[in-house]
Amino acid sequence: MTDIVQSLARIVGDAYVSDRPEEAYFYARDPGLMPPHKPDCVVVPKSVEEIQEIVRLAAREKIPVVPMGAGLALTGLVIPLRGGIVIDMKRMNRILKVDEMARHAIVEGGTSQGYLKAYLEKHHPRLRHSIPDSPATATIAANVMIHGQGRLTQQYGFNSDMICGLEVVLASGEVCRIGSGALSPDWFSKGPPLPDLTGLFLGWFGATGIITKIGVKLYPRKKMRDVEIFITDRDSLVPGMVYELTHTEMVEDINIFAQPKPMIFKDNHHITLFYTGDTEEEMEFKRKTIWHSLDRFIRSKDGGFMGVPPAMKSTLLDMPQRSVSRFADVKKGGGFEYSGPIIMVDKYPACARKILELAEKYDLGYSGMARIIGRSHAMMYGFAFTFNRADPDMMERTRQALHEVSVFALEAGGVFWKGTADEQKMAMQKMDPATRGLMGMIKKQMDPHGIMNPGNWEVTEV
Amino acid sequence: MYSLKFDINVCQTCPTGDCLVKCQYLHLDRDTAVAEMVKIGKGEDSFVLNDCVTCYACEEYCRRGNHPFYLITEQRQEKRILTAPRAITRQWINIGEPQGKYRLGEVNKRALSFGFMPEFLSWVEGRLFEDVMPSYIFGQEFFCNVVYIHFAETNIIKERLPRVIDNFRKLGVREVIFLHDECYGAFAHLAPAYGIEVPFKPIHYYEYLYRRLTELKDLIRPLNIRAAYQRPCSSRLSSDQHHFVRDIMELIGVHLVERTYQDENALCCGGILGMNYGYDLAHEVQQRNIDDMKAHGAEACIFNCPACQSTLERLVAKQGIEPMHMIHLCRKAIGEM
Repeated sequence: MTDIVQSLARIVGDAYVSDRPEEAYFYARDPGLMPPHKPDCVVVPKSVEEIQEIVRLAAREKIPVVPMGAGLALTGLVIPLRGGIVIDMKRMNRILKVDEMARHAIVEGGTSQGYLKAYLEKHHPRLRHSIPDSPATATIAANVMIHGQGRLTQQYGFNSDMICGLEVVLASGEVCRIGSGALSPDWFSKGPPLPDLTGLFLGWFGATGIITKIGVKLYPRKKMRDVEIFITDRDSLVPGMVYELTHTEMVEDINIFAQPKPMIFKDNHHITLFYTGDTEEEMEFKRKTIWHSLDRFIRSKDGGFMGVPPAMKSTLLDMPQRSVSRFADVKKGGGFEYSGPIIMVDKYPACARKILELAEKYDLGYSGMARIIGRSHAMMYGFAFTFNRADPDMMERTRQALHEVSVFALEAGGVFWKGTADEQKMAMQKMDPATRGLMGMIKKQMDPHGIMNPGNWEVTEV
Repeated sequence: MYSLKFDINVCQTCPTGDCLVKCQYLHLDRDTAVAEMVKIGKGEDSFVLNDCVTCYACEEYCRRGNHPFYLITEQRQEKRILTAPRAITRQWINIGEPQGKYRLGEVNKRALSFGFMPEFLSWVEGRLFEDVMPSYIFGQEFFCNVVYIHFAETNIIKERLPRVIDNFRKLGVREVIFLHDECYGAFAHLAPAYGIEVPFKPIHYYEYLYRRLTELKDLIRPLNIRAAYQRPCSSRLSSDQHHFVRDIMELIGVHLVERTYQDENALCCGGILGMNYGYDLAHEVQQRNIDDMKAHGAEACIFNCPACQSTLERLVAKQGIEPMHMIHLCRKAIGEM
C-alpha cells in the first residue's frame, strides 16, 4: 500500500493523504452501531481533477474507493467494508454560484448544510434550501445521495427531488454532467426534458460514482416562521390529522413524535407543524386555516393544540434542530441510532405500536419520530433508540431491536432509507427480480471492477 | 376523600344568579341561571356542564360563598364530561407529576414558592426580595395542582394536594409567599373549601410586593405610564387579594386604564380556550381583550400569571403595547430594570 499512498500523495500532496493508524481508526467507523472496518488509507482531495486521478489510480490497482461526506448516516454507508481508499470530500466545500432569480445554487460535493445555510442567510436572505435535521456538518451531496429529507420535504418531496443537476466522477475517472448542465451553461433541471440520469447515482451510496458538484434548488425564505403542536392520544387518528393538515397546503413541514420523556411528552403523539409568512396577516391566516383544519378532532376531544412554552418553541424553530443530540445522551454515553423506513402514512399506528413493543422488549430508551414526505404521500418513520456506548449489552439489545424494525418495516410495505449493507440485501431479496436484474446491469456497467464503495448494492451477490 | 362544602339551599334562594348571569361566555337571565345551578347541585344534567369554558369567574361572582365553579367541576368529573381534549388533559396531569426534580433554596420559616414555574428564579432578584431570598421552593412536589379544575379533574387535586401540603409541612415553613395566585388560591381558599388543613400561612405575592414597596418608598420613581392589567383566571379564587393591583399601581405611579374588561369583567388570556375549544373562541376573546386595551390607550399590559403572559405577550406587543410582569414593573419602579 505504501506505493499507493505515495501515488496519492503525488496527487493531493503529502498533507492530505494518510495511512496512519489513528486516522484509520477514525475512518473505520461512523457514529452508529455498525462494526468498524479500517480503510487502507484516507485521502482529502481539493479538486475534481484530483478525484479523477484518484479514481483512475484505484481502477488501475483494483482498490476500493469510498466517498465520504461528514460520515453521519449512522448506517455504516461510508465504513470501508472492503478497505481501500476513503475519499473525504470536506475540502471541496466551495459555493460556486447562487442564481438569485432562478433560485438555485451550485456547490461542490463536500459543502456542508450549515455552510450553505449561513452563506444564504448572509448573501441571499430571501433564499433557503431544504436543510435536514442532521448536524450542520452533514454535506449536501451525501444527504441527496441517500435521498435525505429536510425542512421543505412536506412541500417538495425528498431533498433529492430538489436538485437541478449533478457533476459526477465515474468509476472510469471520467467527469460527467447530469441534467440541463450537460448541454447548457444553466443548471435549471436535473433531467427533464432529457432522460433523467440522476437515478444512476442517487440512492446508490457512491457505488456508481462520486458527486463532485451539485445543483441545489432554493426556495423563498419568508420573514416569519412559527410552530404549533397538535397532540392526540390516539395513534390511529394521526394519518387523518396529517391528511387534513396537508390539505391546507399551508404547512412548511410536519414532524410527528412520541416519546416517554420528558413527562410533558408522555402518552401522546405530537404533530409538529411549521408555517411561514412575510406578514402578520399571512401568518395569522395560515394559523387560522391550520387550526380550523383540525376542528373536528378538537370538538370530539380527540386532540388539541398544546401551549408551546417559549423555550420549547425556540428549540423547535432551530434549523437544524439540536434536540436529536440531546436525545442521543438520554442514557448517557452518547449512543443513538435509528432505522427510518420510508412508509405509507397510514402505517403510523403500526409503527408507533412497534416501537413501544420493542422498547419494552429490549428495555431501551426510545423516540418514535416521523417526517411527512409530500402531501401525505409517504413518511419517514424513525425508530430511534438511545444507548450507552460503554454498555455492550445495551448496544447489543439496540442492534436486535433495530433488526426487528427492519423485518417489520419490510413486512409493513416499507422501504429502507439509507439501509445498512444487510438491509440492502434484505431489500434486494424482496425486490421484483426484474428490477433487481436491472440494478445489476446498471451496477455492472457503471462499476465494472467493483471498486465503488463495495459492499453496497452488490446486486450480483443476491 | 375530601368533599366540597356546597349548600344547594344557597342557590335555591339566590336573588341574583350572579354566578351565571355575569358569565362572559354564557348569556343567561337570573331565572335560568338559578335553575341550572340548582340542577347541577342536585347532580342533574345541565347545558352549563357542557358550555362552561372554565374561566373560574363564577367563583368570584358568587357572593354567597357557595363555590359554583368547584361544583361545576365536580359534576363534570362525575359525569365524565370532558372540558379538554384527552391528550391535553393527560399532558397536564403528567407535567404536574412529582419527579424528584424539585429545588430548594435556603428555606427558613418564610419562603417564596414558585410552583413549578422556573422563570421565577431569575425574576426574584434585587431589593424587593432581599428579605426573603434565597429562601425559595420550586418543583412539582410543591405545586398546588389547582390547574386541573380547568380539566374537570378534581380527583387529582384531592389526591395530590394533601401530599404537597405535607411536603411543605416537612420543610417547617410558617409563611409561604406564593408567586402564582393559583397556588395562593389553593392554600388560602380551595383547600379550606374541601376541608383540607393547611399548616402554614399563605401570602399572596401582591401583598408582599405592596409591603416591600411601602418599605422602599424612597426608591420609587413614579413610572407615569398607562397600563392595562391582564387578570388571570386563578385570581378569581382569591378575589380578596385583587385590590392590591390598584394599590401597587397607585404606589408606583402607574395609571391603570379604566377599560371594559378589567376587574370583575376581565377576560381570559385565551390560552386554555385555544387548547380546549380551538381557534375561534380563543381568537375572538383575545381580539376583544387587546382591542379594549388599545382603545383605552394602554402603553403597557401588566401580567400576573407567566402563562397568560406567554399566551398574550406577542399579540399585545404587535399592537405597540409593552408586555410586562408585575414583578418586573415593580422592580422598574425602584430603578432596578
